[in-house]
Amino acid sequence: MDKEVMNLEIIESARPVYAVLVSLLAVVLIGSSGKYPNLRELWTMLAALLKFGLVVSMLPTILAGKAIEYHVITVLPGLDIAFRVDSLGMVLALTASFLWIITSIYAIGYMRSMDEHAQTRFFMCFAIALSAAMGAAFSANVFTLFVFYEMITVSTFALVAHEETPEAISGARRYLAYLLGTSIFFFLPAMFLTYNYAGTLDFASQGILAGKASYTIISIIFVLYIAGIAKAGMMPFHSWLPAAMVAPTPVSALLHAVAVVKVGVFTIIRILLFVFGVDLLTEIGLGIYLAYFASFTILAASIMALKQDNLKLRLAYSTVSQLSYIVLAVALLTPSGITSSIMHITIHAFGKITLFFVAGAIYVRTHKKKVSELNGIGRQMPFTMAAFTVGAFSMIAVPPFGGFISKWYLVMGTFEAHLLPILVVIVASTLLNAAYFLPIIYAAFFKQPESGEVHGIEEAPALMVVPILITATGVLILFFASPLLLNLVKIAVASALGGGY
Amino acid sequence: MIELLAKYNYWIVIILLTTGLYGVMARKNLIKKIIGLNVFQTAVLLFYVSMSKIEGGTAPILLNHGHGPQPVFDNPLPQVLMLTAIVVGISTTAVALTFVTRIYREYGTIEEDQILELNKQND
Amino acid sequence: MIKHLPALLIVIPLLVAIITPIIGRLHWVLSWYAVTITTFISFVISLLLLQTVSVQGRISYWMSGWEPPFGIEYSVDYLNAYVLIIVSFMAFAGAIYSRKNIDVEIEDETRKPLFYTIYLLFVTGLLGMVVTGDIFNIYVLLEIASLAGYALIALGKKRQALVAAYNYLVMGTVGATFFLLGVGYLYLMTGTLNIADLAVRLPEFYETKAIFTAFAFIVVGLSIKLAIFPLHFWLPNSYGYAPSVVSAVMAATGAKVAAYVLIRVMYSVFTPAFFTHTPFNIQYIFLLLAVAAILVGSIMALAQTDIKKMLAYSSVGQIGYIVLGIALMNVTGMMGSLIHLLNHALMKGALFFAVGAVVYRTGLCSIENLRGLGKKMPWTMAAFTIAALSMTGIPLTVGFISKWYLAVASIESGMWWLVPIILLSSILTAVYFWRILDNVWLKPAPGEESHEHGHDSHQKPVKSNDAPLSMVIPTFTVAVLCLVFGLFAYAPVSIAEKAALILLK
Repeated sequence: MDKEVMNLEIIESARPVYAVLVSLLAVVLIGSSGKYPNLRELWTMLAALLKFGLVVSMLPTILAGKAIEYHVITVLPGLDIAFRVDSLGMVLALTASFLWIITSIYAIGYMRSMDEHAQTRFFMCFAIALSAAMGAAFSANVFTLFVFYEMITVSTFALVAHEETPEAISGARRYLAYLLGTSIFFFLPAMFLTYNYAGTLDFASQGILAGKASYTIISIIFVLYIAGIAKAGMMPFHSWLPAAMVAPTPVSALLHAVAVVKVGVFTIIRILLFVFGVDLLTEIGLGIYLAYFASFTILAASIMALKQDNLKLRLAYSTVSQLSYIVLAVALLTPSGITSSIMHITIHAFGKITLFFVAGAIYVRTHKKKVSELNGIGRQMPFTMAAFTVGAFSMIAVPPFGGFISKWYLVMGTFEAHLLPILVVIVASTLLNAAYFLPIIYAAFFKQPESGEVHGIEEAPALMVVPILITATGVLILFFASPLLLNLVKIAVASALGGGY
Repeated sequence: MIELLAKYNYWIVIILLTTGLYGVMARKNLIKKIIGLNVFQTAVLLFYVSMSKIEGGTAPILLNHGHGPQPVFDNPLPQVLMLTAIVVGISTTAVALTFVTRIYREYGTIEEDQILELNKQND
Repeated sequence: MIKHLPALLIVIPLLVAIITPIIGRLHWVLSWYAVTITTFISFVISLLLLQTVSVQGRISYWMSGWEPPFGIEYSVDYLNAYVLIIVSFMAFAGAIYSRKNIDVEIEDETRKPLFYTIYLLFVTGLLGMVVTGDIFNIYVLLEIASLAGYALIALGKKRQALVAAYNYLVMGTVGATFFLLGVGYLYLMTGTLNIADLAVRLPEFYETKAIFTAFAFIVVGLSIKLAIFPLHFWLPNSYGYAPSVVSAVMAATGAKVAAYVLIRVMYSVFTPAFFTHTPFNIQYIFLLLAVAAILVGSIMALAQTDIKKMLAYSSVGQIGYIVLGIALMNVTGMMGSLIHLLNHALMKGALFFAVGAVVYRTGLCSIENLRGLGKKMPWTMAAFTIAALSMTGIPLTVGFISKWYLAVASIESGMWWLVPIILLSSILTAVYFWRILDNVWLKPAPGEESHEHGHDSHQKPVKSNDAPLSMVIPTFTVAVLCLVFGLFAYAPVSIAEKAALILLK
C-alpha cells in the first residue's frame, strides 16, 4: 500500500454487497413464484430497479473521488472475497444494472410472445448472472473477480442451453468448454503465479507485479491472463460467442452484448491496469503486442461478419470485433486509449443491445432470422428499424451517435502511442463495419419485399418496442451528453495512471 | 561366516518370508495362495519369538512370589504380542477360506486364471 | 467421564458391535438404529476430543491405568482429533445412508444385521488406529478394520466382489505383515512400542541398517493399505464391486486413516532428520510415486466405463495428492495433505453416495446409463455435480483449497515442475467428470431420443423420481459441505495448520 492509497478516502459500506445480493434474493423469490408469472416478473423488475438504485446511490461517492470498500470473508490467507467500488467498476455496474431493467421488460415481452418453456428457470439464471456481473464489477482482488467470472459462466450456460434442442446443447457445450476451460487452464494459473510473486491479489493503482518478478515471468503471466479471459472474445478463443447465439434473443442481447462479454473486457482492463500497471507494461512493451493481436481479431471478425447471413450471427461477429476495440484501446496504455476503452464498454453495450433487441423483435413478429429476408422490413416495422439504424451508425462511429466518441478517443490514443499502423486498422475496420451494416439498412427501407406482400405497420409488442426505443435514445444521449460518462471515466483513468486508487 | 551362521534364526525367517511371499505371488490356486500367506505370517511370528529368546533364559515366571534370586527370563512381551498376531492370522485365514468356498460356489473353480476368464466373459 | 473419552470412543462401538447381531434378530432395523446412534456418539466424542485438545493440549490416556511406555497409551492431539472427526462423521453419514442402500445392494434380510456388525467393527478399527498411541496396537486395530473391510467388500452383489475381496485380503495381509515386521525391528532396536517413546529413543539408531529396514517394511506395508501407486491394484475392483455405501465409507475413511498412520510413522515415529540418514533420497521416491499416482489414476479413470471404477481410479490419483503433500516435507505441504484428507473424504463420499442413489433407482452404474438423469434425480445429481466440480478444483469448493496449498508448497520447496502436473491432473479430472455431467444434464434419457426436442415436449416435464430422503439428505449434506469448507476454509485450515506445526516442529 503506497501513500497515495492512504490519502484516498475510503468508505466502509456494505452497499456493494447488497447490490450483488439483491438479485440473488430475487432468484429465490422468482423460483418460489413460478406458478404466478405476473408476480414472478414483478420480482425481476423490483430487483432490477433496486439494484440500479443501489448502484446509483454509490455514484456520488465515486464521483467525489472516493472508493467504497467491504471485506466479506477470508477464504485462505491472501485469498479474500472483498469488494471495492471504484470508477472503473462503476461504469460496468451502471451499464449492466441499467440495461438489466430494460432487458427485463423486453424479455418479458419476448418470452411471452414466443410462449417459451421454463421461463422461471430463465429468469432465475438471468438474475444470478446479473449478480455475478455486479460482483465482478465491484471485485477488490483477482480472486473475487475470478469467482464471479466463473459464476457468470455457469449461470449463463443454462441460458444458452435454454431451448434444449440438440443445436442449443452443442452450442452450450462449446460455450462451457471454452469459457470454463480457458479460465481454469490459463486464468487460474495466472492468478496463482501472481499471488506467488506479488504476495497479494489486491488491485492497486500502479499494479502489484512491478519489480516482483523478471520480465520473462511477467510476460508469461500476461499471456496466461490474456488467454484465460476468453470472455473478451479475442481470437483464437472467440468461437464460443457465435455458438452462444442459439440462446433466446434477450440472452444474446444482455449477456452477449453486456454482462458476459463486457465482464470479459472489463477483466482485461482491470488486470492490465491494476495488476500489471501502465508503467510496467510500457516498460516491457507488452501493450504493443496485445494491440496488434487485438487488431487482427478486429479485422478478421469484421470479415467473418460480412459473410454471415444469419442476423444474430452477424451481430455476434460484430461483437467479437468491437470487443477487441476495447482491448486494443487499453493496450495502447495512453490516457486517451484507456478513456476510449472504458467508454466503449458503455457505448458499445447500448448500441449492440439495441441491435440485438431489433433482431429479436423481427423474429417475434415475422420469424425471420436471415439478413437476406429483411427486404422492405423497414416499412413494416419503422420504429424498430429506425432504432436499428441508430445502433448500426453508432457501431460504424458516425456522429452524432455514441460510437463516435469512443472512436475519437481511440484515434487520439493511437497518436499518443505513435502507432500509426493501428490507425490503418481502425480505418479499415470502420469501412468493414459500414459494409456489413449499411446493406441491411438499405434493404430494410428501400428494397421491395420479395414476395410482394404488402404489410401495414406491424410492430412487435409494445413491451419490446419501448425498450428498443429507450436504448436507441441512450445511444444518442451518450453522444450529446458524453461528459456525464466522461467525468466518471476520467477518474478511472487518473487512478490507473497513478492518481491513487 | 560364523557370525552369519550365529544369526541362523534370522536366516530361517528370511527364507520363510520369501517362500511365503513367492507362494502368494506365483501360485494360481487360491488355497495355495492362502498357504503361502500363512507361511509368510509364521515367519514373522518366528522373528518376534526368536528375538525375545535370551540364551539360558527360562519362561518368564516369577519364583517365590518375587523373593530371592530370580533366573534369567526371556522377554515375555514379544511372545504376548505374537499371541495376538496368531489370533489375527487365524481370523484372516478363516475369512480367506470363507471367500474361497463362496468363490468356488459362484464360479465352480478356485484357479485364478479360470476365474479371470469367467469374469471377462461376464463383462 | 470426559477423562475416559479416548477409551469410550473405541469401547462403545466395540460393545455395540457385539449386541448388534443379537438385536438384529428381532428386526434388522434395530441394528440400523444401533449403528447410527453409535456412530453419532463417536462423532460427538470426536468433537469433544478436539475441544479438549484445544483447551488443554495433547491428551494422554493410560489404558487401565498403566503408565506408558509400559501400558498402552491412547493419545490425542490436533492431528488425531481432526482425523477422528473426519472418520466418525463419514461413518455416521454412511450409516444413515446405508438403510435404503442395502435394501437393493444386500437384499437378504438375514444378512443385514451382519452387515451392520461388520460396519461397526470396521469403524471401530479405524477410530482405534487413529486414537491409539501404541504402534503394535495400530497393527491390531488395522487388522480389525481390514478384516471387516474384506467382509464388507465381499457383500457386493456381483460375484466379482468376492474375487476383489479375496485379492484385497491377500494384498492387505501381506501389507499388514510387512508393517508388523517393521514394528518388530523397531522393538528389537529400542525395546519400546509407544510412539512418543519411540520418537525419543530412535534418533540414536538413525544410522543403523536395521532401522532403515524397519522404516522400509512399515512404509511398504502402509503403501499397500493406502493404495499408493504401484501398489494400488486391489483398490479399483474393491471399490468397484463393493456395495455403494461401503465404497463411499471406505474411500472416505479407510484410505484417510492409512494416510494418517503413514504421516504418524514418517513424522512422529521417525522425524524429518531421519530422512537425511537414509541411503537414498526418500523424498524423491515419494514425490515420483505421488506424481505417477496422480497421472496414472487420472488417466485410468478416463478409460473406465463403470462409474464406480472410475471413481476408484480417481481415488488412486487423489491419494497421490495426499502423498505429494506428505513428501514435500514442509508445513504448507503437510497442511495441503491434511486438508485434502477432509476434502477428499467429503468429495469422494458425496460422489459414491450419489452413485449409490443412482443404483438404487436404476440398478445400473455405467456412465452410459446416466443419460438424462439430471431431470429424474435432480437433487442427487446436483450433489454429484458439486462434488465433481470440487474434484476439478474450482474456486470456492474444497478441491481448490487443497490444490492451492499443494501448489504453494511445491513452489516453497523449489519444485516448480509439480505445479504443471497438478494443473494437468485437474484437466484430466475435468475431462472424466465432464463425460458424466454431459450425460447427466445434456443428453436425453435412453429411450427418449426419438422425441421431438422442440418446445412441445417440454410441456410435460419429466417427473422427478429422486432417491429416498434417507439417501438424498446425507448425499446432499456432504456435497454442500464441499462448498461450505470451500468458502469457510478457515476452520479446517487452522486445525490442519496446528497439526502440521506439531508434526514438523
